[in-house]
Amino acid sequence: MAGAAFYDLEGTLVSTNLVHTLSFYAGRQQGLMASFKMSAATFLSLPVFAVTDQYSRKVFNDLYFKRYKGQSEDRLRYFAQDLFEDVIKPAVFPGAYELIEKSRSLGLRQVVITGALDLSVKPLMEHFGITEYVTNRLEFVNGVATGRLLPPVMAAATKASWIRTYTEREGISLSDSYAYTDSMSDLPMLSIVGHPAVINPDMRLRQTALHHDWPILDLK
Amino acid sequence: MALQLRRKTHESVIYIDRDSAPRIIPSGEDFILEDLPIGTRVLYPNPSIKGLPNREAAIRYALNHPHGCDPLFAQLEPGMRVTIAVDDISLPLPPMATPDIRQTILEIVCDMLAGHGVDDVHIIIANSLHRKMTEWEMKRMVGPRVFADYYPDRYYNHDAEWADGLIKIGETRHKDPLVLNRRAAESDLIIYVNINLVPMDGGHKSVAVGLCDYQSLRMHHDPQTIRDSDSYMDPARSALNHKVVKLGKIVDETLNVFHIETAINNRMYGADMDFLLRNEDDFSAFDRMKFEAMRYAMSKLPRQARRKLLHSRPSQYEMIACHAGKTEPVHERIVAKGFEQYAIPIRGQADILITGIPDISPYNVYSILNPLLVQVMALGYHFNFYRNKPLLKHGGVLIINHPCYDEFDHNFHPSYIEFFNRLLPETRDAFTLREKYEQEFANNPSYIEMYRRGNAYHGAHPFFMWYWGENGRQHVGRVIAAGAENAHVPAMLGWERADNLTEAIAMARSYMGNSAQITMLHQPMIGIADME
Repeated sequence: MAGAAFYDLEGTLVSTNLVHTLSFYAGRQQGLMASFKMSAATFLSLPVFAVTDQYSRKVFNDLYFKRYKGQSEDRLRYFAQDLFEDVIKPAVFPGAYELIEKSRSLGLRQVVITGALDLSVKPLMEHFGITEYVTNRLEFVNGVATGRLLPPVMAAATKASWIRTYTEREGISLSDSYAYTDSMSDLPMLSIVGHPAVINPDMRLRQTALHHDWPILDLK
Repeated sequence: MALQLRRKTHESVIYIDRDSAPRIIPSGEDFILEDLPIGTRVLYPNPSIKGLPNREAAIRYALNHPHGCDPLFAQLEPGMRVTIAVDDISLPLPPMATPDIRQTILEIVCDMLAGHGVDDVHIIIANSLHRKMTEWEMKRMVGPRVFADYYPDRYYNHDAEWADGLIKIGETRHKDPLVLNRRAAESDLIIYVNINLVPMDGGHKSVAVGLCDYQSLRMHHDPQTIRDSDSYMDPARSALNHKVVKLGKIVDETLNVFHIETAINNRMYGADMDFLLRNEDDFSAFDRMKFEAMRYAMSKLPRQARRKLLHSRPSQYEMIACHAGKTEPVHERIVAKGFEQYAIPIRGQADILITGIPDISPYNVYSILNPLLVQVMALGYHFNFYRNKPLLKHGGVLIINHPCYDEFDHNFHPSYIEFFNRLLPETRDAFTLREKYEQEFANNPSYIEMYRRGNAYHGAHPFFMWYWGENGRQHVGRVIAAGAENAHVPAMLGWERADNLTEAIAMARSYMGNSAQITMLHQPMIGIADME
């Protein structure tokens, strides 16, 4: 039975995180005042984001994606390529290309599972040559974001559950599969595959990885 | 024990008598004092050959009077491409006091290259599948001048997993490939700088193994080759050496290699710890005081601090020979000099062989001697320190002294952890492990990244460590781990355990008989039992 390699994205393969994306869009609002207001709001929210991310990824997502409320879908899509070229592409870890290439050469299916938005992830996936990816998606009503996510929301246990469904459907062996992440919130995803590994982990995840004897990678 | 056997046969062979002092036996980071049974034969390192008084002059002489080729200066032309390859941190052990011999050689060679208008020079550490050296270690090894001139663009570690940095230079008649470092292979001249600590080092192994990739290495690092090596410290009877020589012939046909080999004496420690290498019966009051002081200080420290302390003591090796030129004539002379230092004539095999396992191994420099490394030191290195026939009888008992703690270094030995916990409970058969799992570990993307971008040993390295003990494993009847602090590590390795050495000897005697001949290697030592 074939295996797959499941990657978290932000902090794992690229050094950017969700806040970089939000900041990028905040600086590209219609008019200087609107850009200033959203940038300031994003900046002031940073401590809240940091605390909630430590507490619960679900609470973080609820707060974070509310910041997109009122954004037009056209605008978000229009700037997606610029976001990739200016922010995301330079932030790809040098080792990420090697890791994906080696993994691909072993015949493993390459799958990215991320809490980032589909529109910001697509160009990067094309860059990596990865066709299978699952992301979060904003809900739009009449072309305007409501600040809510469409289910399923990719975070924590949802990622693990998605992987289970995916592997069952595709006939992929979990024991022969790999998972890579930088975040403690992805512990469920690491726990279900045969070859978990952590990348550039924070202190909590590093301790967990040491406890479980998981490989600790530094792709910087 | 016949009186005839007890007489002093060699200055490095001592027989324990009724009034003999207790012996110091290393056990990981500790040193224990133990009274050995009367009649036990104890092998000490030979007295050190005096180092060459002027190291620089000896190196210059070797460069100007090479064997089998023109002097180095005569081979140099402005604009040519030169790669200097150097041995990695696994040699010598422990790392030597600065200036390292490699520093001295590199300073001389680099000056000579610059003086002849050779600017395209790279220095590559021939680490093969060993861990890459850290920046600090690299600086310490070559000294600040060479480091400042070459690091990081022109002084770096070999990368056996960088496809673009490798090139196939040929294959054996069995179609085994030889893939080497591209920069070295495409150079007009390769200068190899070696330190020879044991007879297995140097020679064709330097380039053909130190700069190769995984596929090339696995052709000779396999269980059957190790089984057929009797021993791998005896080049003439080592199947491993024979295979490497065949690869070396390809290197010689394809590349221009100028080999600089050095032999060192066995002065492992300076005045502060040299009592560890001497006969306890000859200890002065000051020696005893030093030992007690060390033991007391160590007993107050946690294990990590003890380890750090031991690793901070550099060895005091001195260069006793330096030859340069074509690989084979150079290596022949260096190996002969090495045997002059290390060979201890021995008559009669032992029924029971005791060896303490000190915290010294090629694979745990500044790190932990994990269970697999304890295994490779016991059944690999210590067992193989013989020439002609093993020191231990076939089916005899090997007693090792080590706590066998279940500790691993996550940065240096990540794949060892999986090997030990996942594979060994399933099988200890080296052939099964090779067939079933070696490729999986070797190709594990996580381990490859940790090797390439970090300081981890290659994913396949724990397999080689297991194969490395294969001839010992096939030869000995039982292994008893004395002083093991847990039961599961010895069990996992297929060994028995005993609380202490006395109990282990009693167990061994129950298998081998009360009149069993007991021999002990007085570790830490580098010595080859030259069996009659």
